[in-house]
Amino acid sequence: MSNMHIKMTVNGKAVEGLAEPRTLLIHFLRENLNLTGPHIGCDTSHCGACTVDINGKSVKSCTMFVAQAQGADVTTIEGIAEADGTLHALQEAFREHHGLQCGFCTPGMITRALRLLQENPDPSEEEIRYGISGNLCRCTGYQNIVTAIRAAADQLNTAREAAE
Amino acid sequence: MIPGSFEYHRPGSVAEAVALLSRHSDDARLLAGGHSLIPMMKLRMAQPEHIVDLQDISTLHGIAQDGDTIVIGALTTQNDVIGSNVLAETCPILREAALLIADPQVRYCGTVGGNVANGDPGNDMPAIMQALNASYRAEGPNGVRNIAARDFYEASFFTALGEDEVLTQVRIPTPAAGHGAAYVKQKRKVGDYATAAAAVILSVSGGNCTAASIALTNVGDTPLYAEAAGQALVGTNLDAAAVDAAVQAAQAITQPVSDGRGPAEFRTHVAGIAVRRAIALAQERAS
Repeated sequence: MSNMHIKMTVNGKAVEGLAEPRTLLIHFLRENLNLTGPHIGCDTSHCGACTVDINGKSVKSCTMFVAQAQGADVTTIEGIAEADGTLHALQEAFREHHGLQCGFCTPGMITRALRLLQENPDPSEEEIRYGISGNLCRCTGYQNIVTAIRAAADQLNTAREAAE
Repeated sequence: MIPGSFEYHRPGSVAEAVALLSRHSDDARLLAGGHSLIPMMKLRMAQPEHIVDLQDISTLHGIAQDGDTIVIGALTTQNDVIGSNVLAETCPILREAALLIADPQVRYCGTVGGNVANGDPGNDMPAIMQALNASYRAEGPNGVRNIAARDFYEASFFTALGEDEVLTQVRIPTPAAGHGAAYVKQKRKVGDYATAAAAVILSVSGGNCTAASIALTNVGDTPLYAEAAGQALVGTNLDAAAVDAAVQAAQAITQPVSDGRGPAEFRTHVAGIAVRRAIALAQERAS
């Protein structure tokens, strides 16, 4: 089968590459674009380690053909910090509150949490747990992840209020 | 896990999609949200030579009211269902069910059309559509037809949809104002299919049940419309005897398989509990 000329926007930059349509988006990101932040955990759309943001939706990139993302606007964990390296409030909060141990789930967790907070800037603990229920962590027991997301929400809301 | 090779098509209209299906007959598969098909392809349990991606067909998106009918475009996602004010007001059982499907990421992709067309007895929407007496609009080379959800499912992954047809809309007669509805699903974990689940829709007037329909998920090789169970409630004041009769009538038509979700007898038992709880919830919500 012939390759497709893939074009999309990733982390704000126009990118292109050649790939078979059957290539999974996670493989295109990791192997063609060298964006190895999104991880392959289960490869069966359960664990969420491969979560990226596509056109404003959290998506498990192991369960999308690159052809489907033709023309899409994609954000990975690599695109979440500021250009100068300043960490996003969520990244800071995961560090501050020990929201990770081995770190394997963290890129997916943070990418998902970012979308969650954009849709619901002031989530309850229950809403956070429900909102990240598509991301598995086998180390932390989730408690500190939930704490970190809640702390990041407070931080972002305080900054937003200060700006208004 | 790498799927087999295929040629990728992204038609801009239903007519184009139908033409692609007609041209490639049984070698082509439609792709909506992809969260059933792609896992099957990764396991090489499905190896279509042509993938027809429907995402660019704008007429397949959206939720609208058409007279007495709620029309849900086939590409409407579960997340769209959750966020729809129209559905929250007119048909809240859909939101209740969508919140129990898979996980947030999957709900951004998974579509109502895919859920009902796939024919997997584990999917949640089919039984609800049967309880609502919905119909599915299918467009093919010979035109458009509507198929009742209650007649659509033939066996596991076998439906009345032709190989060259596209399911374009789910059409739901708007439930009566003041109806009560509930979808109760027992599952082992987030993302799991139901051990058993029940959809109940009923109307109550002066304490008496004037209409009721009940359907079951994942306790047979198709969704099960439990007509006798609904009838057991109509004309009663939903007393214990009537509820017992409905539960027994629903359990009588289950034919679950024994699997990781439990032995068949257990799943029939859970179906009974789901029906009982859904009746109680629907009654509480009816006005």
